[in-house]
Amino acid sequence: MLTIKNLKAGINGKEILKGIDIFVKEGEVHAIMGPNGSGKSTLAAVLAGRELFKVTEGEVSYFGKNLLEMKPENRARAGIFLGFQYPIEIPGVSMVNFMRAAVNEHRKFRGLNPLSSSDFLKLMREKKELVEIDSKLTNRSVNEGFSGGEKKKNEIFQMAMLEPKLAILDETDSGLDIDALRVVANGVNKLKTKENSTIVITHYQRLLDYIVPDFVHVLYKGRIVKSAGKELAFELEEKGYDWIKKELGEE
Amino acid sequence: MENIDEIKTINEELTGLFQEHVHDIRKNSPEFINAKREEAFADFKKLGLPSQNIEEYRYMDFGKLFKGNYTQLYEPQKLTVDFSSLFKCNVPELDSYIIVLVNGRYYRSDLKFKFPKGVLIGGLSQLSKEHPEIMETYYNKYAGSENNGLAALNTAFAQDGLFIYIPKNTEIEKPIQIINILVYEKDFMVHPRNFIMADDSSSAKIVVCDHTLTPWKYLTNSVTEIILGNNARLDIYNIQDENNSSAHINSVFVNQSSGSAFVSNIASIHGGTIRNNIHVTLDGERSEANIFGLYLTDRKQHIDNFTFVDHAKPNCVSSQLYKGVLDDEATGAFNGKILVRKDAQNTNAFQKNNNVLLTNEARMNTKPQLEIYADDVKCSHGATVGQINEDALFYMRSRGISEKEARLMLMYAFAFEVIGKINFAPLQERITDLVDKRLRGELSRCSNCVVNCR
Ligand SMILES: Nc1ncnc2c1ncn2[C@@H]1O[C@H](COP(=O)(O)OP(=O)(O)O)[C@@H](O)[C@H]1O
Ligand SMILES: [Mg+2]
Repeated sequence: MLTIKNLKAGINGKEILKGIDIFVKEGEVHAIMGPNGSGKSTLAAVLAGRELFKVTEGEVSYFGKNLLEMKPENRARAGIFLGFQYPIEIPGVSMVNFMRAAVNEHRKFRGLNPLSSSDFLKLMREKKELVEIDSKLTNRSVNEGFSGGEKKKNEIFQMAMLEPKLAILDETDSGLDIDALRVVANGVNKLKTKENSTIVITHYQRLLDYIVPDFVHVLYKGRIVKSAGKELAFELEEKGYDWIKKELGEE
Repeated sequence: MENIDEIKTINEELTGLFQEHVHDIRKNSPEFINAKREEAFADFKKLGLPSQNIEEYRYMDFGKLFKGNYTQLYEPQKLTVDFSSLFKCNVPELDSYIIVLVNGRYYRSDLKFKFPKGVLIGGLSQLSKEHPEIMETYYNKYAGSENNGLAALNTAFAQDGLFIYIPKNTEIEKPIQIINILVYEKDFMVHPRNFIMADDSSSAKIVVCDHTLTPWKYLTNSVTEIILGNNARLDIYNIQDENNSSAHINSVFVNQSSGSAFVSNIASIHGGTIRNNIHVTLDGERSEANIFGLYLTDRKQHIDNFTFVDHAKPNCVSSQLYKGVLDDEATGAFNGKILVRKDAQNTNAFQKNNNVLLTNEARMNTKPQLEIYADDVKCSHGATVGQINEDALFYMRSRGISEKEARLMLMYAFAFEVIGKINFAPLQERITDLVDKRLRGELSRCSNCVVNCR
């Protein structure tokens, strides 16, 4: 479904992604790991359409379409979901209105009528249970005053509401205690089908105990320096990123 | 920058017009009002229109505003338009008493309703003759024309306007809705004079809608004196929705006695130039003033808000919140002055002005001015001029919400802080709707108002 070829992108003339190749098929789970600053969030943002980053070379096709030409909202409607590493607070925009607008835009895209108020609230309730999110949170402004863990759960809640084909979860595990981690992972697993795919960006191996990847890629200094099966995650956990650096002839 | 000669010429023209028409101007006013008129005219001759050299008028070019071929009417108009149809429509969401003023003069009210005993609502000219006991004491007491050229000009020319008196211990539950209609077939200037008094322990809500019915240039220089007795509560909501070639100078002077609570909430929706001068004197202990404003501007609109809160007595609270969205080449100014006098201990004064500029051409000048002479004072102020939050915009778009809709939701969220202060649900709903339509660039006349302006 997703083909990334030689993708180069940067900001203000500074190159961050230096030629990325990733192929994701339906139903696959890919993990992208790597030390801080290697470009994981940038890759996620570029895939979601953040215009702040300029793509200088390469191609990304999504179900045969040129993803890079699509506006962020059209990518979302076509099934791409980005779980933000740092979810944004939007004072004054209620979770309910935000989600209603999003869900109805998705429905419109698929030629469906907007959900009635009661159907929408019912959907909210179902999905809230799925991700074990506190009911009160959805009565507030988007992410406003949410704890770190609540923000991450809220990302999974939104994902549950929108049922994406390709979810890109950017460090959804960081800053979570073990219970919250389990809830988040459970949410992701329950939403998993044979058709949809997930790219899990993580710094640690521990999330991968819950969400088992088919492929693990190590991103380092803007390049995928290693790709393998899930055993790579264990190896990384054991030997640390220094091992990668050493292999690359760095100290 | 203004042209000094231009202002001088205009001052002379206005002075000449007054002298030429003084007989008609005086004709329908009681003697005590005409006495104030003479004083004010002398003041105006001395002061003239304010110059941009004065800090608080820095962004107002009165020379440009007053220049032109404005008609003034010195005698009551025989209205040729049939306004009776207005009263047939009803306001679905807002159940209110309706008072209509046309071209600055009291036109009529919905005669069906009965106010509690002692309530006086009508035209200033007529009611000041019928009730000199109130007006002899209060007329022009707080408008201070001796150092304010605009107020002086109004007091000199004013012939009529709105008069509301709520007697002691009287509560009016339903809002009183004032519809100010400007309708003329030439460029038109008017100096309406309003007087509102909520006597001790009374309470009322007033909604003022300003409209223009034709696309001519209108210039309004209104003065409203508002008096709150001990423990009185008065909320005034003003929807400014005039055409974009018109100018409205709206000067409000409020005097509050002990324990009173005042709310002014102005939504500036349309209008070429709008200048709101809100002067509030907290003249009794434990009184409270809430002064809010929301302005949504585009094209070449200019919106200028000036507030002056005078903490004259101890233990008072004032809170000011002004927020604005400026699009295209719109310009704006906010100048908020807080004075805490020496004896006004235990004062709480709060002021905030936030602005969002949607283009590189839009401009906003914001300036708080604090003068504090007491030592036990809690005072905070803050001003921001920013853009739409790009991170929030991307976050919303990444969920499938279109850029346009996301922008609207963000602007609306920004504006809602002010609308949310309207503590009267039906009105809040209506203004919410109006603001939403305005932000969407849809026809945004008060569609639910009795007046179908377009
Ligand atoms: N908005 C930005 N402006 C400038 N540099 C940025 C910006 N965002 C990220 N970078 C830089 O790009 C590199 C990769 O960052 P990021 O993608 O956040 O890494 P990761 O998510 O792997 O920790 C870092 O060197 C970071 O400083
Ligand atoms: Mg990151």
